[in-house]
Amino acid sequence: MVKQGLRRTLKASMRLSRLFGLAGLLILAMSQLSHASDVIPVPEFSDYEVPISMPAPVESPVWEWLNVVLLIGALSLASYFSIVTRSRRGLFTLAIASLLWFGFARSGCVCAIGATQNVALAMFDSSYAIPWTIVAIFILPLIFTLFFGRTFCAAVCPLGAIQEVVAIRPVKVPSWLDHTLGLVPYIYLGLAVVYAATGTAFIICRYDPFVAMFRMSGNVNMLVFGGSLLLLGVFVGRPYCRYLCPYGAVLGVLSKGSKWHGRIAPEKCIQCHLCENSCPYGAIATPSSPPPKSERANARRRLAKTLALAPVLVIAGVLVGMTIGTPMAKLDPNVRLAERIIQEDAGEVEGTTDATDAFRNTGQPKSELIDLAIGIRDRFGTMGMLFGGWVGFVIGIKLISLSLQRKRVDYEPDRSRCVSCARCYWYCPGEQVRLGLVGDVSDLVPLNVDAIEAEKAVSK
Amino acid sequence: MPTEDQKDRREFMADAIRTSGVIAIAGGGGFLTGKRTTAENDGEPMVWQLDPDKCTACGNCATYCVLDVSAVKCFNAFDMCGFCDICTGYFEMDYESLDTAAENQACPTGAIVRKFVEEKSGQRFYEYTIDEPLCIGCAKCVKGCALMNGSMYLQVEHDRCLDCNECAIATACPTEAFYRIPASQAEIMKRRGAAVLNARGNQMLRTASGDQAKLDEANQLLSRTAVQRDWREQQANQENGGSTSDG
Repeated sequence: MVKQGLRRTLKASMRLSRLFGLAGLLILAMSQLSHASDVIPVPEFSDYEVPISMPAPVESPVWEWLNVVLLIGALSLASYFSIVTRSRRGLFTLAIASLLWFGFARSGCVCAIGATQNVALAMFDSSYAIPWTIVAIFILPLIFTLFFGRTFCAAVCPLGAIQEVVAIRPVKVPSWLDHTLGLVPYIYLGLAVVYAATGTAFIICRYDPFVAMFRMSGNVNMLVFGGSLLLLGVFVGRPYCRYLCPYGAVLGVLSKGSKWHGRIAPEKCIQCHLCENSCPYGAIATPSSPPPKSERANARRRLAKTLALAPVLVIAGVLVGMTIGTPMAKLDPNVRLAERIIQEDAGEVEGTTDATDAFRNTGQPKSELIDLAIGIRDRFGTMGMLFGGWVGFVIGIKLISLSLQRKRVDYEPDRSRCVSCARCYWYCPGEQVRLGLVGDVSDLVPLNVDAIEAEKAVSK
Repeated sequence: MPTEDQKDRREFMADAIRTSGVIAIAGGGGFLTGKRTTAENDGEPMVWQLDPDKCTACGNCATYCVLDVSAVKCFNAFDMCGFCDICTGYFEMDYESLDTAAENQACPTGAIVRKFVEEKSGQRFYEYTIDEPLCIGCAKCVKGCALMNGSMYLQVEHDRCLDCNECAIATACPTEAFYRIPASQAEIMKRRGAAVLNARGNQMLRTASGDQAKLDEANQLLSRTAVQRDWREQQANQENGGSTSDG
């Protein structure tokens, strides 16, 4: 390999020598020497000091501190607007501010969504030193969500904010599609953790649809992807948050147990269903009653079936996962390089790539690279099984949760889906009373509660 | 309907779970930060940098950076430079004539400034500096210079770099030359570059003879190269450690 490099050097020098004449010959001699660890020395200047070049130092970490402080401030403000003042205007203004600061001004990195991967990498790779600011950016929204619901999504996350702004004409996504697509974030999360933990790639960042917009430059494909998501977001509210965001999936789970989640009705729900269609994200849970007696046995049987099915799904996932380790490992540059080298040597592909050229020039033995690639592929074999099991688990839990029917009297936000955007508050007659706009809910809703209940009973 | 008592109990349980959740999350975060923070990195921010010894001057730095004009720029390590009259980094291989006309320059943006320094025993010496705002990190000069001394090398400029969580150039780099390094280190020199700078620092130290400014400068140089040495050592350890754990 060194020979090849030398030959190339020689060839170039020859070309030069033809043109340079005597000087070229000198260069030829010199460049040949350079491979014998000798180079043209720095001349002894009489009146000139050889300068020293140096790249710019990194700016002070004050900004990092500021960003954590601002994140805490924004989270507190969002929770305050969502739960105490119930102010949609406040939340929307904060969302715009977050979009401008955390999005455009900071150019998007590091965000809490991407920090998931840094944390996963730090857990598995002891040599990766994770800065405390990234840890803080990752865990602060988690803790806030445990108490106040997904207020991070409402007005702090720039990705959420940019979609919040464009959600103009939302349509209702059919329930079956919503539930199916709703599984994607969990699967994406599993995939992202696998790739981050193996130190292969940060796929959440690689396929971040909006960061190219925040930077107003970047990969054209991602700009197109982001643009189409925004366009889709006009009709389907927050498509990224609902059907892709892996961090949102984590927050959704935590939000289920949040202590003070925003409520649609400030005091008591009168079941007027005025709020029912107000949510662009399909996050309002309507009143439901447990199945009638005749159906109860069926429901119980269905639940038993799904409970039994869940472990089967996990096992099936692991089995399928055994086969996906190899394709998954293809994202690793070493594996790709080894495969390419083998293909080139076997004459299966024509030409070489920058990577294979560079590898051949290092003179590193091929077997070493192949061993490394095999090691990585083995690791992906285990990871693929874990990932398959995770997918099976996610589907199993979804089926179980679908077959559980809970009694619900009031209209409530579905805590795992609700992003606390506060749109529904305004639709509640109780809210109008709270704001002092009307004296009593009966001014707005000329129905009395007993009549609704009676009607319901009849319809059953 | 659950009674008040049941409600209270449920609330209490929920609070207990939540509190333990908070403790678990915060504890986990604190543990990660603490465990991964060593005396060397001090938990400071990490930045992207490329190892010029691994760089093949493929040109991806210019095209893959998410910025319109790449954050990767060329530098000339003057202590490795031959100050050649006919610089293979400065002149295009197929030049029309040996002058500074644009078509004869290797640099597509004319970012290399050629300045005459001195003539000595019939040889003319020139200094080549990079006009940073013009440089697009295409590495054409690096490739040319590699034929001779290899003093030109690429580095990420931190005042331009956006510190993407996943560097787009790192993903495209054919030799995986990109690393996350502690912010205070800022640069990765060529091994040879660090060695010659270290020698220069030592030389300065010897000849300073009480001149405080010179001493300071020398010490600065030496500490700069010491950081490089430490990093290389750490890198070698990691690679060894990695391969043993893999095998």
